[in-house]
Amino acid sequence: MNRFSAAARRDLEVQPYPLIVFVLAPLLALGLQSFVSLHFPRFDILDLPLLVTIYFAITRRNPVTGTVAGAIIGIAQDALTRQPLGIFGICKSIIGYLAASLGVRIDTENHGTRAMLIFGFVFLHSGMYWLLVRRLLAQPYAWSWLHEFIRSLINLVVGVILFALLDLAKSKEY
Amino acid sequence: MESFFSRYKNALVLIVVLLAQVIGVAIQVRRPLPKEHAQPDAGGVRLIRYWAISLVSPPERFVHWLGASILGVWDNYIDLIHVRQQNKDLQAELQRLRIEQGGIVEDARQGQRLQQLLAFKEKYVYQTLPAQIIGTSGTEQSRIFSINKGAKEGVGVDMPVITPNGIVGRIREVFPHTSQVLEITDPTSGAGVILANTRIRGILRGNALGQPQVVNIMPDDRIKAGEPVITSGGDQIFPRGLAVGVVDRVVNDPEHDPLVDVLIRPAANLSQLEEVLVITNMGDQLTPKQKLDMMQSEAAANAEQLKASEILAERLPSRIDPDAPKDDAGTDDSNAEGEGIARPMRPPAALHPDRFTPNTTPSAASLTPGARLAPQSEGSGSATASASRPHAVVPSTSPANTAASNVTDASLAAPKKKGPELVPDDGSRPPATMLIKPAPGATATGTAVSSTHAPMATMPAASNHVAPLTVSGSANASNRTGNTPTGNAAVNPRPATPNAESGAPAEVKTRVIVDGPLPSGAKKTTQSATTPGQQMQKLPSAQTGQRKGPELVPDDGSRPPPTMLLKPKTQQTNPAQQPQGGRR
Repeated sequence: MNRFSAAARRDLEVQPYPLIVFVLAPLLALGLQSFVSLHFPRFDILDLPLLVTIYFAITRRNPVTGTVAGAIIGIAQDALTRQPLGIFGICKSIIGYLAASLGVRIDTENHGTRAMLIFGFVFLHSGMYWLLVRRLLAQPYAWSWLHEFIRSLINLVVGVILFALLDLAKSKEY
Repeated sequence: MESFFSRYKNALVLIVVLLAQVIGVAIQVRRPLPKEHAQPDAGGVRLIRYWAISLVSPPERFVHWLGASILGVWDNYIDLIHVRQQNKDLQAELQRLRIEQGGIVEDARQGQRLQQLLAFKEKYVYQTLPAQIIGTSGTEQSRIFSINKGAKEGVGVDMPVITPNGIVGRIREVFPHTSQVLEITDPTSGAGVILANTRIRGILRGNALGQPQVVNIMPDDRIKAGEPVITSGGDQIFPRGLAVGVVDRVVNDPEHDPLVDVLIRPAANLSQLEEVLVITNMGDQLTPKQKLDMMQSEAAANAEQLKASEILAERLPSRIDPDAPKDDAGTDDSNAEGEGIARPMRPPAALHPDRFTPNTTPSAASLTPGARLAPQSEGSGSATASASRPHAVVPSTSPANTAASNVTDASLAAPKKKGPELVPDDGSRPPATMLIKPAPGATATGTAVSSTHAPMATMPAASNHVAPLTVSGSANASNRTGNTPTGNAAVNPRPATPNAESGAPAEVKTRVIVDGPLPSGAKKTTQSATTPGQQMQKLPSAQTGQRKGPELVPDDGSRPPPTMLLKPKTQQTNPAQQPQGGRR
């Protein structure tokens, strides 16, 4: 139980990853998100760039890195849409910051902890996105609690599996 | 201060990053959209999008190529079962479609010609560019996808994207080898549509759930599910007449209470798109071949039209007979007054000619009161018209006809007397210049046609043929006489007797209705030796203003043209001579 406490995880080292993983993983997430949705329209309920942002934020445990990474991935995702650049960037910057801040305090290698983090962050991401689109841009956005709940659950399942796969890319020397 | 930044470094970085993005969003949203360029993004934003597309597109294109290659190997070398039978079926269908195409092409050309005649600027789809979809936005909120054709292939912003089933969207962003397409299901899209049956126009855009809808429509019970929806062409993007979808249902618009939204089921399967067509040319310019076809078809149509008009002209009495003799030849020429004078048709010959109907008109017994045997000419005839021209005919069986003839003769033979007043039979008062004094003898001898107080008409007539004139009073007078029971317009036209001297046929040119009071001093005079036409031509000058010649009034009640008006000299100099009576 002490593995979930912040005091127990604070001194953990930052998990290193090869640079290529930091570059390719977001690109792959964006490409898959764009390509798979073409053939499977319901695939867009997933948010692979968000999952990658959360993963690198909680593993790097650096709020600045998480914020910047979230902003870059979000803006890249914005570039694929018709909305102004920065909507996803703002959302993912905040998610990256919060995930990195929590990663310092809790054990993020436990699957249960990851599941709860993913569920909460996906829900929070949807809420922030709704706030920006609906209130800042005044564009229509259909908010459905059930839909967002299902969306968070699906991202939770996929995120846990994805995090486990990304764990395999850790550098072996540590 | 240094400890403050180091202590709150993370939060400060977050604030700076968020602030920068919020400012960036505000700038993008605030920027007005230029109309002529129609670029949704400014240069910097577009560059970022270009970078993102450049990063994402190559893997997508590679994956797409890989998948297409695998599918190609499967389709072309493995999955060839029943291909031979399919080929046979397709050949048969091709033959059938070719037959159908002939008729359709002809109809299309005819439609183009007609619309061109109406100067209707129709946009046609003349050139399309097939493109494959290589990616989407990947989000539920942005209904946008990428295609593998860009500016290098001729794709431009705002070009419509369609499928054979219906419209898909329009080009939003163009990159060298990639373009972004905004679907019609996106809330920020818009297309002018029209409901095919009810002809209700509206704007199509996607709702928050990604279903297209025609927004802000007045409630109408005629809108039923299944009604086709087509593009209206009013958005200047989509050509007119493309299929959009069918009406799914009608829902109330929560934000605009009395209005409704019509949800549309798209004709194109937007969730399973793989290939689309980008309309790269839909102007009204035609290709050389199309222009040639258009010219050929128009020439053929013009030739047909000319031929038809010639045939029609031969049948219609509205042409000038070029072979008719001129007026200056002293003949009774009904075509002398130039264009626009209708030449009447020949009435049927009399079955039993007698002196009243000398084989030019049927017997009075066969005449129907009020009916016309020959069309009345509408006239621009002038006062120089021959005397035999105005000849709506008094029924010949009446004994008064003889009297009328005598009256006519008398009036013609009295050069000093004033002729009757000519009044349009529509009840309008004739212009002053048209009014002439009736012949003195008309009152005394014309009682068979009109009573003494009724208008009396006399027209010049030669003595050697039956009175070629039309005598008609007002409706009352005519009814009293019983000759024209249908009123003032119901004078049975009786063609004039051919001029015995000239041999020219006397034809009905203008219906002359004589009205006005008769002077008391009318006297019967001897007939002039001149021909009726000559008599009338001499009226303005030869009678030195003592007598107004009859004027010709078109029987449609219209004001005759100035060339038709006969203006005796005395009329202007002596207004007191104008008749005081009018049409009653």
